[in-house]
Amino acid sequence: MKVTIDGQEIEVEAGTTILQAARMIGGESVPPAMCYYSKLKGSGGKCRCCLVEVAKGSDADPRPMPKLMASCVTGCMDGMEINSKNSDRVREARQSVTEFLLINHPLDCPICDQAGECDLQDLSFEHGKSKTRFIEEKRTFEPEDIGPNIQLHMNRCILCQRCVQVADQLTDKRVHGVLDRGDHANISTCISKAIDNEFSGNMIDVCPVGALTDKTFRFKSRVWFNKPYNAHRECTTPGCCGKTTVWMFGDEIQRVTGRKDQYHEVEDFICNECRFDHKDPADWVIEGPRKFDKDSVINQNNYTQKLETVHIATEEGILKGREQDRKKISMTAIPLDKEEQEEFKNGNL
Amino acid sequence: MERIHYKQEINMTEALMNRINELLSHYPEDKKKSALLPVLHEVQDAHDNWLSIELMDKVAEILEILPIEVYEVATFYTMYNLKPIGKYMFEFCQTSCCCLRGTEDLMDYTCEKLGVGIGETTADGLFEVRGVECLGACGYAPMMQLGDFYKEHLTKEKIDQLIADCRDNKIILHDK
Amino acid sequence: MSKKILLDKINVPGIKTYEVYRQHGGYASVEKAIKSMTPDEVVEEVKKSGLRGRGGAGFPAGMKWSFIDKKSGKPRHLVCNADESEPGTFKDRYLMEFIPHLLIEGMITSSFALGANRSYIYIRGEYMWVYKILERAIAEAKAAGWLGKNILGSGYDLELHVHCGAGAYICGEETALIESLEGKRGNPRIKPPFPAVSGLWANPTVVNNVETIAAVPWIVNNSGDDYAKIGIGRSTGTKLISASGHVKNPGVYEIELGLSVDEFMNSDEYLGGMSSSRPLKALVPGGSSVPILPADLIFKTANGEDRLMTYESLSDGGFATGSMLGSGGFIVYDDTACIVRNTWNFARFYHHESCGQCTPCREGTGWLEKVLWRIENGQGREEDIDLLWSIQSKIEGNTICPLGDAASWPVAAAIRHFREEFEYHVRFPERIKNRNHFVAEPFDKVRHLVSKQTV
Repeated sequence: MKVTIDGQEIEVEAGTTILQAARMIGGESVPPAMCYYSKLKGSGGKCRCCLVEVAKGSDADPRPMPKLMASCVTGCMDGMEINSKNSDRVREARQSVTEFLLINHPLDCPICDQAGECDLQDLSFEHGKSKTRFIEEKRTFEPEDIGPNIQLHMNRCILCQRCVQVADQLTDKRVHGVLDRGDHANISTCISKAIDNEFSGNMIDVCPVGALTDKTFRFKSRVWFNKPYNAHRECTTPGCCGKTTVWMFGDEIQRVTGRKDQYHEVEDFICNECRFDHKDPADWVIEGPRKFDKDSVINQNNYTQKLETVHIATEEGILKGREQDRKKISMTAIPLDKEEQEEFKNGNL
Repeated sequence: MERIHYKQEINMTEALMNRINELLSHYPEDKKKSALLPVLHEVQDAHDNWLSIELMDKVAEILEILPIEVYEVATFYTMYNLKPIGKYMFEFCQTSCCCLRGTEDLMDYTCEKLGVGIGETTADGLFEVRGVECLGACGYAPMMQLGDFYKEHLTKEKIDQLIADCRDNKIILHDK
Repeated sequence: MSKKILLDKINVPGIKTYEVYRQHGGYASVEKAIKSMTPDEVVEEVKKSGLRGRGGAGFPAGMKWSFIDKKSGKPRHLVCNADESEPGTFKDRYLMEFIPHLLIEGMITSSFALGANRSYIYIRGEYMWVYKILERAIAEAKAAGWLGKNILGSGYDLELHVHCGAGAYICGEETALIESLEGKRGNPRIKPPFPAVSGLWANPTVVNNVETIAAVPWIVNNSGDDYAKIGIGRSTGTKLISASGHVKNPGVYEIELGLSVDEFMNSDEYLGGMSSSRPLKALVPGGSSVPILPADLIFKTANGEDRLMTYESLSDGGFATGSMLGSGGFIVYDDTACIVRNTWNFARFYHHESCGQCTPCREGTGWLEKVLWRIENGQGREEDIDLLWSIQSKIEGNTICPLGDAASWPVAAAIRHFREEFEYHVRFPERIKNRNHFVAEPFDKVRHLVSKQTV
């Protein structure tokens, strides 16, 4: 089957979705996806970020589709023509969805462990505005403890339901789900039960935002101060591949995650033992540096590019202070006069 | 979200179990989960009109599903009460058509008469006033739901009468 | 008197019971269909009748039936949508409460046409007493041999059950209804696949409104062509209208499609005019989600033709000057009603009923409500009116199911036709403090305060 996305043609097999076809082409036409996850069955269709315009339904039925379609759940048809980046309507819709996702989001990126590898940050960077039109109070939820390894921060959640699908498809007894409805729908166990299944840690990896983060990594470091390495170990947990990315700070492993591709999807799911219990570098065979997108902030501290000292004039000013102030602080160059010395003794300076 | 854990005495009587089994027979053998909504109604009616975590766990056991599947459903639908409520719950429809016919005034009147605010239970645990969304009786407004039944074309006098009847134990809540 | 198809026997004493219903010709369509027709012939009659879905969307019922996947060999299901919860609509409840066997007869005949052996009536949980009425009626029908194995010796089996919801407007959407029937949260599914291919338990399923199914017995007893003779153009047959609000005789009426809005509103046979001497201000003709019409567009369309009770005439002029027949929830407002307050009320409803699955509806409906609440309570800003317009346009069309559209249309229509009232609320907060602010001082008396003046 032949489909055209933003003017680029590609041959795909029957049953391919528009999003998958766009990912095959790559580049700027790939719609953003906040809820779709190729490794999870039944994911997608909910966040509405990946809306595209179908300008021609197929060769058999060339009529355009009246509504924008969610590309992650719409199958390709032979001869279909799709506008993604090229369409004003699509751009506007993505801007709208971004605005909706952000109105109740706490925007606490400075203290959020996901910052730097957050899909919502990427989406806002691309489609967001710098100002908000939402003057109402933001929605908040009571915090809930879901065990020693995973931190649930419901206020940041965008309800993609990927974590529920992980629990459904990777573990045998799901204990958390979506409770309540409407804008108060929330991820919860309802009874504050610890989620302790051996594969539950994958909820952290699939979470597109900072709603589920690693408690063992909490507030330890910004992700861009870590150096990610591919590593593996002989894992005895059935179903675990043992292949991970370890995030190092000096000789210390601060965090272990699955290996994520350019769409931030893990290549393979890993078990909780690998993720939480092996923070000693001796437990791992380090394969080498893990590469990230060229635009990713994680590259800031990466070994793949040469490290150079950066001089920022304002930073210098802030750290060292103004020249004349410095003289006063150092005192030796400009001695205080008598009156000033008197004041200083009285503690008034 | 953290929730308060309320305790409840569970009493799965024979009559209740018979009814549950009858409801289960309405669905294919391997689709027991389908009976969840009607079963929750029956169980709730038999337990002072609310569902505790333990009761929902019991339902999960009967339907052979995970407890979380019951919690997900029970929190989605508004007719399931997840904490103890007043025995007689006056659920006023407060959507447009009823408002045009003076529901808001009646709700204020009822609250004042019972000495409670909307969503509160009276000290004796008998009454509770709630505003709910459209109940499908727009032509017979203002109206409210009390138990399984609708009380329509309400006036202040009818409310007085209803409250008196409730106090005298003359109101049947469920159609069994 | 216009022709009655659904309610012609409603005044027969005891029509609620099986015996009386049967004595008055009930279940004849089942006999006729099973004994002398093939399922495809029944479908063909329904197609010919031009019967359109009475739940709101108005999709031709016969066409919907013909989409059902018969090739896969999977069991098929018919589900009756009795989750009537659109504000302003209460016709299905009337039908089920007072003549339950009509629906059951329709379910049997329709199930036969679709080849469904297991059918359900999904009724909203609040209609608990109607649920019991239907349950008892089904038991009566079963005892009389209309349900169960080998009906009338034809070899056709049918199991029919009632299933109750538990308070969720969204379950009126067909895929959410199916989810709910499977014992899950009422989250609408992503389409395709459509229920006709993969519905209840992944089997081919047809979901129809109560009124649609109740019209089937008449069509089978008479003929599709006879049905198509009633009404005008593509709006065939009769329709139940639920009238509420400021009218003299609120209630459920069966009308022939094509009746003029004027006659329906003002004749004594129907609504009998307004409930008081206050003038008509606005009309919602098809349930809360359809656009509201201002007084000057109710009886006449924008190009001066009579407005009729048909799918086409009510939507004449598009959303700019028209509305929709929808589910037939006819809500009438006199000049004591405040459009802003009413719009806020609807917005609160949709906010409350949003399932929370997709972003625009989950976040947008709440935002709409909050902004409208501020305006209604005297804390509005001039730019809030444009903000509302922008939010609704961002929700519309971008959601999984039509609830997003249903939440945005009333807001859009209110701003389109009653913008001055919003401006009045923003500019004169002290005059709208009281929630009955237009009772003593209707908007027409203060309109000059916000209308543009040239000096």
